[in-house]
Order: sequence, then structure tokens, then C-alpha cells
Amino acid sequence: MALRTLCATFSVGLVNGVSRRLGRGSGTVAGGRVGLKIHAGLVGQLCEGKSVALVSGTNGKTTTTALLTAAMSTGGKVVASNFTGSNMPAGHAAALAARRRAPIAVLETDEGYLGGTIKEAKPDVIILLNLSRDQLDRMSEVRMLAQRWSEALSRSSATVVANADDPLVVMAARDAGKVVWVAGGLVWKDDATGCPLCQGPIVFGENNSWRCVECSFARPTPSWSLNEDKVVSPDGTVGLTLRLPGAFNRSNALMAMAGAHVLGVGLQEAADALASVSDVAGRFHQSEKDGIVTRMMLAKNPAGWVALLDLVATNPAPLVIGINARTADGADPSWLFDVPFSLLSGRTVIATGDRWRDLSVRLRYAEVPHFVEGDLGHALVRAQQEADESVDFIGNYTCFQDALKATP
Amino acid sequence: MTLRIVCVYPDLLGTYGDSGNAEVLLRRAAWRGIDATLTMSRSESPLPEGDLYCLGGGEDGPQVLAAQRLLDDGMLATAVHQGAQVFAVCAGFQIVGESFPDAGGAIHPGVGLLDVRTTKGSGRRAVGEVLVEVAPKESGGLGLPTLTGFENHAGVTELFGQAQPLGNVSKGIGNGAGERIEGAHAGNVIGTYLHGPVLARNPSLADELLCRALKLEVLSDLDDTREMLLRDERLQQVSALTR
Ligand SMILES: [Zn+2]
Repeated sequence: MALRTLCATFSVGLVNGVSRRLGRGSGTVAGGRVGLKIHAGLVGQLCEGKSVALVSGTNGKTTTTALLTAAMSTGGKVVASNFTGSNMPAGHAAALAARRRAPIAVLETDEGYLGGTIKEAKPDVIILLNLSRDQLDRMSEVRMLAQRWSEALSRSSATVVANADDPLVVMAARDAGKVVWVAGGLVWKDDATGCPLCQGPIVFGENNSWRCVECSFARPTPSWSLNEDKVVSPDGTVGLTLRLPGAFNRSNALMAMAGAHVLGVGLQEAADALASVSDVAGRFHQSEKDGIVTRMMLAKNPAGWVALLDLVATNPAPLVIGINARTADGADPSWLFDVPFSLLSGRTVIATGDRWRDLSVRLRYAEVPHFVEGDLGHALVRAQQEADESVDFIGNYTCFQDALKATP
Repeated sequence: MTLRIVCVYPDLLGTYGDSGNAEVLLRRAAWRGIDATLTMSRSESPLPEGDLYCLGGGEDGPQVLAAQRLLDDGMLATAVHQGAQVFAVCAGFQIVGESFPDAGGAIHPGVGLLDVRTTKGSGRRAVGEVLVEVAPKESGGLGLPTLTGFENHAGVTELFGQAQPLGNVSKGIGNGAGERIEGAHAGNVIGTYLHGPVLARNPSLADELLCRALKLEVLSDLDDTREMLLRDERLQQVSALTR
């Protein structure tokens, strides 16, 4: 290892240690930033000689990264991964520096940073989950993002594991050298109704098929798919039992299985590893206090919400919804009007978070009666008082982090 | 009379929760006991006859397609000439004007219902909270309280002919063509860059549109406590911004 890399790597550890002792967050990003200042090519250097997988997309990145990490860890292998969700270069540098000798790295990668990270990390596998509207004040519009992915992938020698059900992902991956198409599902179709090649209408048919009415752009035939509780792969079929709830997590697991397969993990081995994952960075975490179970869920954009509504709409338990609009959330909560909240009518709903007023107005027009409670802690307590057995909490990014701290 | 609200091409023009504007109009009519319908009119179908059309924001490619379809379809212009009202946001605002640019800067014809033309801005994209002081009725304005919203656009829009600005920008960028003005209106057409959805954040603007479409001077009051809480908070927060 070159002296500069060594020095930069050492600094990452030092800063992270100090920042953890000072109680400033989990100390992953601060150290990474210092390391990158000393050596801008640190991520590339630390990836050298490793098998590297990148995971990107609008929703499911953190979960898929955790599932793939579990699959790659079988047999006691050490995997470097940014499991806390710090998915930009500083987070990558910190995760890699913390496990310098790991033979494998699985890195969750912010959609906007994918091109740069591909160039630096020279990955073996890139998993592309989906693309939909998210934080439009910070991110590019989704078509622009798909175009930038496409350019970055055409210059990479990685195998791309791509969701064949998402037209924007297919547009991005179609010119890559090696592609494994996976039937990864698509719950939110509003960003995929126009052909990304010719702007013609895209029609969705049975069994997730889709095609453009005006040009030849259509769903590629996937080689990986789900058949009830089984994963169907080119190497055969294997049962899949997950502890994580919801159809969207089964899709994440399928993408992770295909990625692990590219890196040489056996089907059964991977399925067993995935079955052991129960809680990803606090998501789907359940805690109990005074006999009331609180379920923690994260939804930060319309697609994430639509996936979760499936899971929670009919649950009778009180539901606390927390919305912030801090830097990591995006400053514009207008996306709340893209969420079909009317499905919640009949539930006891409590609106909270920094932007509870925006949420409350949104719920009014969806005709969902609700309470408002600006203070997150009070909102959770109030829900627990109203509950018979359990409480659901759904927050966007920073509100979810705050709620995790507020629950035992 | 049934008030027919039409949300125009939600598949092409609905990037920033803008179809919420049509939902707000529908509810505010229904809560007052006014018979109203909302049609989400997708781009593959002919645009239906309506009394109040809402257009939202969209990305560059879909925007070009939406303008072309509206021109081919012809219904929007016909309806406006027969007295229908149009409320257009962001890409929709540009489309109802004379012309607008695509991602590469090439100019495309708009529907020509409002005397505005949009060109590609040379500076940074205008992104952030906006406050607009609306001109009083005496001077040809809409005479509404301060508008609040969130803008996110690269285009620069200039007014000509009959078009009057919606108001003066006190925070944010607005139309971006030199003068600190936002949006435009003339006759039956109102256009703005404000998302939010802007009608949820500014119920007085929603009611102005309903009055125009229903040809009424006033509407009965609604309990807008929640909207007022949001408005007050936004006005206070955004006034304090240094932008
Ligand atoms: Zn096409």
C-alpha cells in the first residue's frame, strides 16, 4: 500500500474513533472526508484486489446491501460495507478503511454518485434496483439520472444485475457489456409511463410485461424471478424465507441473490444467509414497551410509500407519520401529494415531524382524519396510549433516525 | 351545473405532486356542496370537455410531447375560447405560452393561450421557496394574499402582449427574466412556477379559480385552520431566509 493511502486510511480510523468518543453520530462520514482530503483516490486504492459490488437505485438500497452482505459473509468471510447508509464517497472510504483486509466490499451507492464510484471502485457487480422521483431539489430528474447511469455503465466491465421490470433501469443498463436481467418488480409506475427512448406511451401488461407502443423498447426476458416462495434462477430453483416483511423486500432479496450468484455464492447458501436478516439499520425494527409493540418503517418518497401502504393500510393499529425536510430529506415536501394517503382512512393517524403542517394539509385533502403532534416523542407516546397491542411508525429519512433514537 | 375539473396528462405532467392541485379544487368544491367531477386525462386519450383544466410540471422530453399532443388535440384552446379556465404550473406554465425550450435548447411551440415565451436560462436552476406579493385588483391583479410555494426550474419566462405578472417576488427567483416577477395571467389563464401543490398552500388562489369557473363572486367559507397553520409557518420561515 502506498504511503499516502496508508496515511489517509489511518486518518479515517483516527477521526472516526475520536468522533465516536465525542458522541458525534456514528463517526463514519467525518473520517471518510478527512481521508479523501489527504488522498482523493482513496476509495479506488482501498478497492484494489477486492471483489466489489455496488448497489444503487431510489428505494431498497440499504436493505439490498445488507442482504447481499449477508450472502457474501457466508463461511466467515469478512465483508466491508457501508451498512449505516452513508452512501457517498466519504461513507465508502470510511467503510473500506474500517475493514482494510476484507476480500469483499459491498457498497450502497447514492444514485447521483454511481458514475463516479464506478470509475473509482472498478466494481465486479453493479445492482440496479429502480429509479423514481426522489428529492427533486437535489437530485436530477429521473430521466437525466438514467441517461447518466447509461453513460457510466457503457464504460464499465462490471456485470450489471438490473431490474427488468423498471423501464428506466432497462434504459440505463441495455448498453452495458454484461447484464443479468432480474424480475425485480415495480410498485410505482408513474415515472415509467413514457418511453425513455422515444417518449411514446409505455403499456404494462400481464406478468409485469411492458413495451413501448411506438418503438421496439420492451421488457427484456429476465433470467431470475420469484415464483411464490421460490427463487427461479438459471441454476435452478430454491426456497426463500425472509424475516423482513413485504413484497418489496422479496424483490430486494431476489436482486441480492442474483448479485451473490455473479460473485460465486451458491443458491442454497445465499438463501440461508438471507433468511437470517431481520432488521436493517433499524428498518422493520420492533421494540416493546409496556406491552405495546412499535414497528419502525422508513418511506422517503412516493414509491417507498406505495410499497409500504400495501403492508400497513389495513392494520388497525395507530399510525404515526413523521415528515422532515432537512438536507438529507430534500427541502420540498410537495411529493406528499403523490402518495395515495386516502388508503389510510379509518386508521388512527398522528402527523408529526418538522413538517407536520404540510402533512396535515395533505391528509385533509386525502380526507384522512388525524391528530397533529409537532413533537415526535409526544406523538409516539400518544399513539402508544391509543393502542391496544401495537403502533406503526413511518418516517422519512431524518425523522426515522430521530424516531429510532426515541424508542427503546 | 356540474363543475368539470380536468387534470391534463398526469402521465406526462405530474412531477412535483402537481396533480394535487386538481384534488384540492375537487375537495374544496365538494366540501361546499358543489357538484364537481375530476377527470385524470392521460395523454393517450382525447382531452375531454371541461370547465377548469390543471396542468403540472414535467421533465423535458414529456413536456415536448405534452405540448405537441395538446396542439394536435385542439380541445384545450377550444375550451378556453368557450370560457373554460386554465391553471398551469411549471412545465405546464411554459406549455400554455407561445414557445419553450427542450433540454438541448431547441425551441418548441406552446399552445399559445398566454402571452409568455420561455428560453433556456444561462444561470443556475431556480430551486427553493418563493414568496409572491400579488398585485391588487385595482391595478388589474388577482388581489390575493401573499402566495407561498417551491420553485424548481431552469427556464426563463418573459411576458408580452396581454400577460400580467401574478405578482412581485419577495423571496426566490420567479420568472427569472430580469424583473423580480412571478407567473402570469390574462383572460382565463393563470400560470406559475410554484409547486407545493400551490393550491394547497394558498387556498385563496384555489377559491379564486373556483369562483372564475363557477362564475360566482364569492364562495361560502371553509374551515382552513390547517392551511393557515401551514401558511403562517411558511411565511415566517421563508421571510427569515436570506436568499
Ligand atoms: Zn419508445
